[in-house]
Order: sequence, then structure tokens, then C-alpha cells
Amino acid sequence: MAEIAALPLPIEAEAGRERYRALARRKLLILAAMTAALCLSFAVDLAWGPARYSLGEVVAALINPSSVSAQIRAVVWDIRMPVAVMAIVVGAALSVAGAQMQTILANPLASPFTLGISAAASFGAALAIVTSVSILPVAATLLVPVNAFIMALIATLFIHFISQMRGVSVQTVVLLGIALVFTFNALLAFLQYLASEQALSAVVFWTMGSLTKATWPKIGITLAVLLIALPLFARHAWALTAIRLGEDKAASFGVNVRRIRLETMLIISLLAAVPVSFVGTIGFVGLVGPHIARMILGEDQRFFLPGSILSGALLLSVTSIVSKSIIPGVVFPIGIITALVGVPFFFSLILSNRSRSW
Amino acid sequence: MVALQLQSVGAYHGRKLFVEDVTTPVMKAGELIAVIGPNAAGKSTLFKRITGLLKGPGKIVIDGARSRNTITYMPQDTSANAVLTVYESILLAHKQGQSWTVSDSDLSFIDEIMRALNITSIAFRDLGALSGGQRQLVSIAQALVREPEIMLMDEPTSALDLHRQVEVLDFMRRRARSKGMIVMIAIHDLNQALRFADKVLVIANGRMRACGNAREVVTVDMLRDVYKVHARIEKCSMDHDHVIVDGTAH
Repeated sequence: MAEIAALPLPIEAEAGRERYRALARRKLLILAAMTAALCLSFAVDLAWGPARYSLGEVVAALINPSSVSAQIRAVVWDIRMPVAVMAIVVGAALSVAGAQMQTILANPLASPFTLGISAAASFGAALAIVTSVSILPVAATLLVPVNAFIMALIATLFIHFISQMRGVSVQTVVLLGIALVFTFNALLAFLQYLASEQALSAVVFWTMGSLTKATWPKIGITLAVLLIALPLFARHAWALTAIRLGEDKAASFGVNVRRIRLETMLIISLLAAVPVSFVGTIGFVGLVGPHIARMILGEDQRFFLPGSILSGALLLSVTSIVSKSIIPGVVFPIGIITALVGVPFFFSLILSNRSRSW
Repeated sequence: MVALQLQSVGAYHGRKLFVEDVTTPVMKAGELIAVIGPNAAGKSTLFKRITGLLKGPGKIVIDGARSRNTITYMPQDTSANAVLTVYESILLAHKQGQSWTVSDSDLSFIDEIMRALNITSIAFRDLGALSGGQRQLVSIAQALVREPEIMLMDEPTSALDLHRQVEVLDFMRRRARSKGMIVMIAIHDLNQALRFADKVLVIANGRMRACGNAREVVTVDMLRDVYKVHARIEKCSMDHDHVIVDGTAH
């Protein structure tokens, strides 16, 4: 092969190959460490509460339920398990949604919260709580989540179609998202003003986000959406990474940018809307989860995608523990705690690793 | 061997026909074609039309293509703020449409291209930490690992120092010959075009003005009409043709 041989070679070709292999191994180790941390956090989440159990008791209750008392079994499996699992599933879903939003919109501020999707869901939920108006004809018990979901979906698709219009810049999309936040917050305030005292407290509680609403069917639906989304994202891992190099560059690699953007945005709309409709507004995880993964693993989607899942799940799982540790016997709404736990951690990560942030 | 010909090709930007009626002789494997013209003449638009990124009238005839990556386009904008190392960014260009697993032969190929472009020293630097010239070299590597049969490069040497410009153009010409590739390069430096190109395609105001042998196309009249300059073309001590600009023509 023809070569430019005028300058000496600083490193041998083999060294490049070996260094890449070492880099990939290091990233796999980080993912393994994050998985271990998530398992530990999950166990602590099950052990922690008004009645505190040792990790040994929790593990025994999980592996061999008949070996522990009926009380421990009931608390671990029936009371704490749905909340702990919901924290992991919702954290993962919101973080992945944020990660792919940031990828395809090429914007570090993109997340379900900052682009108005959570605000739209809150408005949809409030519409159901205050007026009982249903966007789709569904049973009364499903009114709140279905309304929240439909509004979130409408907001996501609106953002997507605007971002596809000719001449619309990334900054315009973010401004539009902020405009959506203000619009839906104003509509929400309008409904709150009209609401009865009982409905008002229900709306306020819903908008704070809470995992205590977790049930196995809700976990099942959220998990199903996640399990449908992940293989589709995984299939486009190289293409999604290429999109971060710019639209023209990705297209030059043979990536059908428009089609992948559309597919990804449709999946994101489900990933963002479903958890929010079940647990309310949880703002921080969809924005910060991906940034944490990006800083420690880079943006190769083969590592960034599992990294975002784990960082989001870990963030919300730790938050779940903190939310019931501040005042014994009181579980704070998780939406409040997420930012309080995540911000100091995020700041320390940015300040210690400035070159790897967006 | 691959061959490319444009027949009455035009390109739309939105609803406006930005490039029209470009007809070229057959461009053959191993040739380097310089595409020259003033700013906003339609060079990038023509490249995007050939790649299929823009629509338009006319016919792009490609004969004898063998691989799935027939055409690769290297865009002018090489800026990217993705958190990736140079090595990863070149690997992902190579692995598009393929499985997640990375084999030793994939990595050997990346190493080979990086060594050929002499960018191994920046292999594990983040893209965001590169200079403009380094980004351009990485972009060339990304295009090369696609192993195209037709390579369209939009001002690939605009941010490079003189030494690197000569290195890269010389390398691309040899690569075109050795791999049986057609290389089209949009370039502003007419002296480099005269020295390295087999053919020159002149485009101005969205229309092709000439296409053919470099020395026959780059003339004093063309320079006056297309670039609005008074210029001479003289031989240097190495017997290369050089454009010497005396001033602007109004």
C-alpha cells in the first residue's frame, strides 16, 4: 500500500490495536462495576425502611423465601420490591430516552424534562385528576396514566417534526422545548387554580413524582417498552454513534439519517412517556444519566447505551434509598430527591473530567 | 473497473435548482479529478447529488462497481464534539452496517490507514482536542476505511499546512491508481489541481464551464471569466505549470 513515509512513525501499528483492546476491556470493567453497584443498591433499597434488615436477610428472602420469617418475606417481596424494581426500570428508561434524544438532536440539554415532555405529561395527568376529561375512551383507573402518556407522546412527536423541518437549528429545538415547558406549566397552573382542594393535592403529589405508585403491571409495561427499545437501539449502535459526528458525516458513512432519527424518536416517545405516566415527573435522571455515562465511557453506543441504562438505574435506585432515609418512616417524593442526590455528584464529575463532557 | 459519468445532472437545494446540466466525459478508475470554481459555485452541492444526499434531474452512470460502498463523500465540515477517540471514530466508519464485534483484521486495517496518513500519534486523543488540520486528516481516514470505489472529497486540504497538502494529494493520487478508485477533490488551490489532477472540472454559478485535461481547462481565459482575475500560467523550475495572479479583473 502507498504510504506517506516522510515522517517517523510515533507508535507501531500493533500498539494501536493493543491500546484499543485495552480501552475496550477497561470500558467493560466499568460496566461490570456499575452492574455490581446497581445490585448492591437494589439490595440496600430492599433492606432499608422503617423495619431495617441485614443484607444477609434480604439475600435469603430473595433466594430462599421460606428460610425467612413471613414478615420479612412480605415486606421485601410485597412492599419494597415493586418500588425498588420500578426505580431501576424507570431510571433506565428515562436515562436511555435522554441519551438518544441528546444523540439524535445533537444537544446536551435534550431530555424528557427539558424538552417539555414531562410537563406535557403532568398537564395530561392533571386534566384527568381535575376534570376527569379523557383524551382516549379508557377505564377510570387508567385515566391518569393514559392522559399523561398521550400528552407526552404528542409533545415528543411535535418536537421531532419541528426538528425535521428545513432550516431549524438545534438551538431552535431547545428553545421550542423550553416554550413547551412554559406552555404546559401555564396550562397546569390554570387547572390547579380551578381544582378542588382534594384534586389540587393529588395533582401536586403527582407532579413531584413518586415510586410508591409502583405496581407489577406498571413495572411490566415499562419493562416491556424498554425491552422492545433496546434491541432496536442496539441494532443501530454504529449508526447512532456516527450521527454524533454530524448529519453529513453520518450520511457519508451510508447511514440513512432521516429514517434512523424517525425510528429513534418514535421509540424515545414511548420510553419517555410511559414511565412519566406511571410515576409522575422525575426530572433529573434523563438529563444527567447519559452525561455520566458519556463522561466515563465515551459515546461509542456499544458502551454508551448500557452505560446510560446502568447510570440512570443506579441514580434512581440510590435516590430511592435516600428518599426514605432523610426522616425515618417518611418516604419523600423521588422527583425532589433525584436532583438533590444527583447534582453534587454531577458537579464533581464535570469538574474532575472537563475534557470528556459535551 | 469502476467508471463514472454525469449526464445532464442537476441538484435541488429545497425547491431551487442549484446545479444544472453537468455533463462530463467518462471518469475512469485510477483518475484524480479536481473540481474547481469560486465560492458557492455548486461544488459541494454536486458532490451531494452524486452521493444521493440531494435530488435532481439527470443521470449518474456508474459502471463496473463491485462493492457495497461504491461512493463515499467526505464533507467539508469536519468539526465534531462527540466524546470519541480518533481510533474509535475511524473504526465506526469502517464498521457501519456490520456487527458489534471487532476483529483483529478490522483493527489491523484501521492501523494500516492511520499509519499511511501518519496520524498514529493522535490515535487515542479525543476528537474535541484536535486541531483543524488533524480533524481533516481523521476525516480522510474515515472516508478511506469505507473502501469506496468512488471517493468525493470536499476541500480535504483546506486546513492543512503546505507539507501536509502535498503529502495528502500525492497519497490520494497514488491510492487512486493502486486501488482502482476514482477520486474527485473539490479544491481552491489551482496550482495543486494542476499538479495532481488528471482531469479538472470547472463549475461556476451552478453550471459546468469545462471538464477535461488539467492543462487544457485551466487557462488564462477561464481564470478571467470564472475567477475574475488577471493571471499567467508559467512553468516552474520543476517543469510544473503554475498560476500566477497579477490582480483582479473588474
